[in-house]
Amino acid sequence: MKRVVITGAGTINALGHDVPSTLAAMRDGTCGIGPLELRDVDRLSIQIGGQVRGFEAEGRYNRQQMSLYDRFTQFTLAAAKEAIDQSGLSFSGELAAKSGVVLGTAGGGVSTWDDNYRSVYEDGKNRVHPFVVPKLMNNAAASHVSMEHNLKGPSFTVSTACASSNHAMAQAFTMVRSGLAPAMITGGSESMLCFGGVKAWEGLRVMSRDACRPFSANRNGMVQGEGAGVFVFEEYDHARARGAQILCEVAGFAMSSDASDIVMPSKNGASRAMAGALADAGINRDEVGYINAHGTGTAANDKTECAAVADVFGPHADKLMISSTKSMHGHLIGGTGAVELLACIMALRDGVIAPTIGYEEPDPECALDVVPNEAREAKVKVAISNAFAFGGMNAVLALRAA
Amino acid sequence: MSIKDKVIAIIAEQAVLEPSDVRMESTLDDLGIDSLGLVESIFSIEEEFDISVPFNANDPQASDFDISTVASIVAGIERLQAEQS
Repeated sequence: MKRVVITGAGTINALGHDVPSTLAAMRDGTCGIGPLELRDVDRLSIQIGGQVRGFEAEGRYNRQQMSLYDRFTQFTLAAAKEAIDQSGLSFSGELAAKSGVVLGTAGGGVSTWDDNYRSVYEDGKNRVHPFVVPKLMNNAAASHVSMEHNLKGPSFTVSTACASSNHAMAQAFTMVRSGLAPAMITGGSESMLCFGGVKAWEGLRVMSRDACRPFSANRNGMVQGEGAGVFVFEEYDHARARGAQILCEVAGFAMSSDASDIVMPSKNGASRAMAGALADAGINRDEVGYINAHGTGTAANDKTECAAVADVFGPHADKLMISSTKSMHGHLIGGTGAVELLACIMALRDGVIAPTIGYEEPDPECALDVVPNEAREAKVKVAISNAFAFGGMNAVLALRAA
Repeated sequence: MSIKDKVIAIIAEQAVLEPSDVRMESTLDDLGIDSLGLVESIFSIEEEFDISVPFNANDPQASDFDISTVASIVAGIERLQAEQS
């Protein structure tokens, strides 16, 4: 089996339009959540979100591209370019033939659906733009990344709600580890902050109207975000031979299914995914210094996740740090694991642990070191990143410092 | 149909029971309605009575709308109808 390392990272989210600005914001405990600016926001009962601001697609993409790129594709292409530029790879010949793109998204082109339904139902039009289908399909972002960067190997899109990016990165990891691909572009994106996208979440009655406060006793729900996170996963010897900068190693992963409830999380399913990732990576529990939590800020997730961590880590659970950066960038749904992987890289490479902001009151059911409100300096050798989706589908990645 | 009868019909449908099996003092728990069923019941109530019910599934007890029994739900609807009409 090959070793797998990350040699490039890119992002765009409510905290920043690239990795350096996002990590700086996480270090400062900046909140990217604010009032939503979108059409008909006055008809929403939830009016906050982690919206990407100041991202002008016009000028960045030409007219033909704009007619094909939903916002989730625009985000993905921006993040993929940053990641691939950082890696220094250019894809041609055999490298291009074997390297592919595996990305996660829950909703794909949600605003394209929204705009076009509005046009035919509300405005009564009987004709839509010819590219509606290729614009909204869930694999559009992966396809455009493959075309833009000449990636001709295994490429597809994974959709497991809030675990989509972690499942996608797990797939990319197995491909590089098995020797199937020398490099894979992977991560995920989401752009649901449009009227229909927020209205759908509102219906579930789990959204907060004021803030995302994971693990805090007074938490009252999740807050949506948007954006993308994209990485270059590369075979270790391939990366070393060309003198690439290694951000960290991807050491293992595990996936599990609760097989119990469509929305309520399960401690058992979460525990099996965390324990499985450590076993796959050959990591002892007491080596883990940081967990990037799923930490949605809902009553159900946070207490279940903390109980699962206590189960898996035993007494070591009180020594490790666990934080939820969703408090800052919101819940990016299918793109969330990818943006959160950046917090793991910051912990492993820079020795800075991103905080859980908005933390106000201890909850006895979440009695772990959640790195409240302020980032912390700490040397961490191993980090894991949790994602537990609606539908009970879980994926956990284990990472080691380079 | 009175408010009471409409609420009983909504709750009975959600619990897959006959309306005659739903009593004013029944709790949703007694009737076997889980958290998903509760959210759906609230939605049906909002649609039926054209009101907006303040309810957050993260903390069902926190809102002013008392969901502890069928009787308290009926009282809550009457209050909201008066406030929101």
